[in-house]
Amino acid sequence: MRNLIVFIWKHNFFFLFLIIETFCIYLVVQNNFYQKASFVNSSNAASTSVLQTSAAIEEYFYLKTENENLAKENAWLKTQLIASKFVMMTDTHQVNKPTLHQKYVYTEAKVVNNSTSRRNNYLTLDKGSNQGVKKNMAIISSTGVVGQVQEVSDNFCTVMSLLHSKTTVSAKIKKDGSYGPLVWNGESYDFATLNDIPTHVKLIKGDTIVTSPYSLTFPENVLIGTVESFERESGKYFYTVKVKLSTDFKKLTHVYVVTNMFKEEQEVLEKKTEESNKE
Amino acid sequence: MINEIIRNIIRFILLVLVQALIIKNIELGRFINPFIYVLFIVVLPFETPKWLLLVSAFVLGITIDMFYDTAGMHAAATVFMAYIRPGVLKLFSPRDGYEFGTQPTVQYLGVPWFLSYASILVVLHHLVLFYIEIFRFSEFFSTFFRVIISSIFTLLLIVITQYLFNRKTDKE
Repeated sequence: MRNLIVFIWKHNFFFLFLIIETFCIYLVVQNNFYQKASFVNSSNAASTSVLQTSAAIEEYFYLKTENENLAKENAWLKTQLIASKFVMMTDTHQVNKPTLHQKYVYTEAKVVNNSTSRRNNYLTLDKGSNQGVKKNMAIISSTGVVGQVQEVSDNFCTVMSLLHSKTTVSAKIKKDGSYGPLVWNGESYDFATLNDIPTHVKLIKGDTIVTSPYSLTFPENVLIGTVESFERESGKYFYTVKVKLSTDFKKLTHVYVVTNMFKEEQEVLEKKTEESNKE
Repeated sequence: MINEIIRNIIRFILLVLVQALIIKNIELGRFINPFIYVLFIVVLPFETPKWLLLVSAFVLGITIDMFYDTAGMHAAATVFMAYIRPGVLKLFSPRDGYEFGTQPTVQYLGVPWFLSYASILVVLHHLVLFYIEIFRFSEFFSTFFRVIISSIFTLLLIVITQYLFNRKTDKE
């Protein structure tokens, strides 16, 4: 024992080297994936080649069952093909990204009835509760805001058009964000009125009007129209803006039903806040 | 003595930074990976205790490993190189031994001596490092080619650094 210690002490440089180097190699094998994998593999190289050969021979005995299984699987896969499906639902387009949550879902719909000449105008669309349409959902077209869903049946819904005395859309001037309610005064189907725009806003004819971020129904920045003219009534500090609507309500054929996935959550929260303030 | 220790610590830090921040980011081609940090072990004073040699080599290697994400590889190679160093020094020692207080650098012992001494250490270091990295013998010759090319570049860098930074100590 004494001799061993003396021996080790005499060669302490070598033994220290051995210890540190072993530790390093241990680290390498432990922490580097490639080395770990090949360490395991090389130790099994002999056994794997034997197993591979025996497996290759064995495969021949099962070819028939294997073929039958594959044929069954082929048949099943063919039934899954889109070509063998009957389309019952319209496409709903969503973006799937793990970091993004779908807030608005757009469903395509066709206008089957339309009016523009009355004071309160309605549209009828060919999508209903079977297709997920609910009351108060937003309807927009590719050219701008159209209206809000009023009544829903199984396969149809009626839309309270923007051209309606009770429709109010929260709109804003795109260039500086000042906002106000947009209503239709019933004069002409291509003009609406935007109220409550403060007089310090420098308006020009042609300014873009879009939906404001404060609407529960409509997504932000959906086009509504452009400024046609504006005036300040005597004694008021607000402009009344005449807006040329970008949507041609006479030519509406295809529109989108917009579902706000977070609407209920927001509504519940806001209701709760109001109630707690009442007490 | 204290001065020497501080100078070596500064050299350690500088070499690690140069290796990890500059050389690591230079793409010189598939076969060329110079590792200038070994200069630290090469030029440690002759009187450095042997255990300290191994320990500092381990610390140096592990530090480089942290930057390269290769736990243990550089440490193993550098410790091996440190282990070999006393033997190589003995092999190349002048007839009456090394002068006390000198370092194994170009300006004390000249370019030919330094090149032969350093090239053995560098080639051995690279040999161990690259074969641990590849961890198989199937690409033996291409790895060997890498070792040689990289060693040449490392040596080149080491000699250049010697000329750049050691002139000051020459005048002292």
